[in-house]
Amino acid sequence: MKRKTLFDAAGIQRSLGRLALEITERLQGCEGVVLIGIHRRGVPLAQRIARLLEKAEKARVPVGSLDINLYRDDFSTVGAAPVLRGTQVDFDISGKTVVLVDDVLFTGRTVRAALDALVDLGRPARVQLAVLVDRGHRELPIQADYVGLSLNTRREDHVELLLKETDGEDALILESAASAARAGSEGKRP
Amino acid sequence: MSFAHKHLMGIEELSAEDIALILDTAEKMSEVSRRPLKKVPALRGKLVVNLFFENSTRTRSSFEIAEKRLSADTLNFSASTSSLQKGETLVDTVLNLERMQPDCYVIRHASPGTCQLIHPFTKAALVNAGDGTHEHPTQALLDAMTIRQKKGDFKGLEVLICGDISHSRVVRSNIFLLSKMGAKVTVCGPATFMPPHLESLGVTATTDFERALRGKDVVMMLRIQMERQTKGLFPSLLEYYKTFGLTEERLRLADKQVIVMHPGPINRGVEMASEVADGPYSVILDQVENGVAVRMAVLYLLLGGSEDEAAR
Repeated sequence: MKRKTLFDAAGIQRSLGRLALEITERLQGCEGVVLIGIHRRGVPLAQRIARLLEKAEKARVPVGSLDINLYRDDFSTVGAAPVLRGTQVDFDISGKTVVLVDDVLFTGRTVRAALDALVDLGRPARVQLAVLVDRGHRELPIQADYVGLSLNTRREDHVELLLKETDGEDALILESAASAARAGSEGKRP
Repeated sequence: MSFAHKHLMGIEELSAEDIALILDTAEKMSEVSRRPLKKVPALRGKLVVNLFFENSTRTRSSFEIAEKRLSADTLNFSASTSSLQKGETLVDTVLNLERMQPDCYVIRHASPGTCQLIHPFTKAALVNAGDGTHEHPTQALLDAMTIRQKKGDFKGLEVLICGDISHSRVVRSNIFLLSKMGAKVTVCGPATFMPPHLESLGVTATTDFERALRGKDVVMMLRIQMERQTKGLFPSLLEYYKTFGLTEERLRLADKQVIVMHPGPINRGVEMASEVADGPYSVILDQVENGVAVRMAVLYLLLGGSEDEAAR
C-alpha cells in the first residue's frame, strides 16, 4: 500500500478558492445561493467555501448540513446501522440555487441519496454539485458542476481527505495498491 | 461505535455506550418530525408487527408513528381482535406471523419475559414495549432523552421516583438506565407499594416523600392504577394524594431547577396537582414528543443495517 499526499493545507485552500471563484462566475454572484454540505467532510468544506464567497461578494451565504444515512440504498451491505450526524438546514431551500458540497465524488451513490434527502426539504430552483476531488468510477449517471481536482484512480484505491475541523489537520491522501494511480490535470471540468 | 444488539428486550443488557448512542440517534431523529414532510425512506420495505396483548394507546401510537416516519410497513395486532380470543397460544400466533416475513415485532404483554419466550421462534428483531412488571425500555430511554436535554448530563444527578414501585416496569428500566449513566436514584412510595431488596438494585428506598424531595434535580411521578385500590394496597385516592401527591408546596423542597416527569396518563389530583402538571417545571409533554424520536432511533439501529454484522 502506497500512501501519497496530493494536497497539503495550502493546496486544499487554493483549490477551495478556485471552487468559490467558479461558483460566483457561473452563478454571477451569490444571490439566492445556499450551500449544503454532505456529512461528514462536506460540511466543513461548505462552511469554508461560504466564507470565501462572503468575503468576495460581501453577501451572506446560508450553510446547511445534510445526513444521507436515512436515504441510503445499501443498508443490506453496510453492516451495523450507520451513525447519524443529523440534518440541519435552518432556512427554506425552495426557489434557491442549492450547491451541494462533498469531499470525494466516487460511485455517485452518496449524491443520489443527497438529492432524495434534499427534495424532502423543499423544492430548490436548481441543484448543483461541488466536490474537492472527482476520482471517477461512477455507478450512476451523476456529474459534478465544480471540481477541485480530477484524479485517475483504480477502483480499489482509497482517497482520503483530512480536515482540521474533523481530523485535526488538512491533507488530501491517496492510498494506492499499485503505482498505476496518477494525479490528473487540476481543475479539469468533467 | 455501532449498535451491536439485534433486540431491545430491556435496559439491563445495554451498556452506557449503547444508551448514549440511542439517545444521540434519537436527537437526530427529532429533526425529521419537525419537517413539513415528516418521512424518510430508511426502513422502506421492512415489516414491523405491533403485537399488543395489553391495552395501550400512547405507546402503540408512538411506535406506529415512529415506524411510519421511517417508511416501514406496519401491522397492528391487538389482543382483543386477534385469534388469541379463539384460544391460539402466543407461540402459535408468532409461528403464523413468522411466515409473513416480518422484520420486527414490537411486543406489549402482561407477562414478564414475553420477548425471551418468543425469541427462539422468530428470526425478526424484538422490541419490548412493556412486559408485565419487568421492563419498558423505550419509556426509560425517552425519559433519559428528556433528562439529558434539560440537565445536560446524568453524572451525580439526584433523581426521585415516586409511586407504585412494586408493579412498575417503568421504574425497573429507569433504575437500570439511570444507574448505568451515573445518576443517583431514590425511590419512594407507600410501604405496600415498595418491594423488598430494592437496595440490591443500587437505589435508596424510603416512604418519607417530603424528605426524599429535598434537593432533587428530577422528580418522576408514577401513575397509580385505580384497580390497586380494590386490592387494599392503599385506602383511598385522597389519602394517597395527601401523603404522596406532588403539590406546588412540596415541589419547593426540591432543587430550584427541578424537572417534573410522568409516564402518563396522569391522574390529576392523585399523583400530582394540576398546577404542577401544567406548571413551568413540568416536562411531561416533552416526554411524549421524545417518545417518537427514541422509538425511531431504536428501530433504525436494530433494522437499519445488515443482519449478519449487526446480529449478536
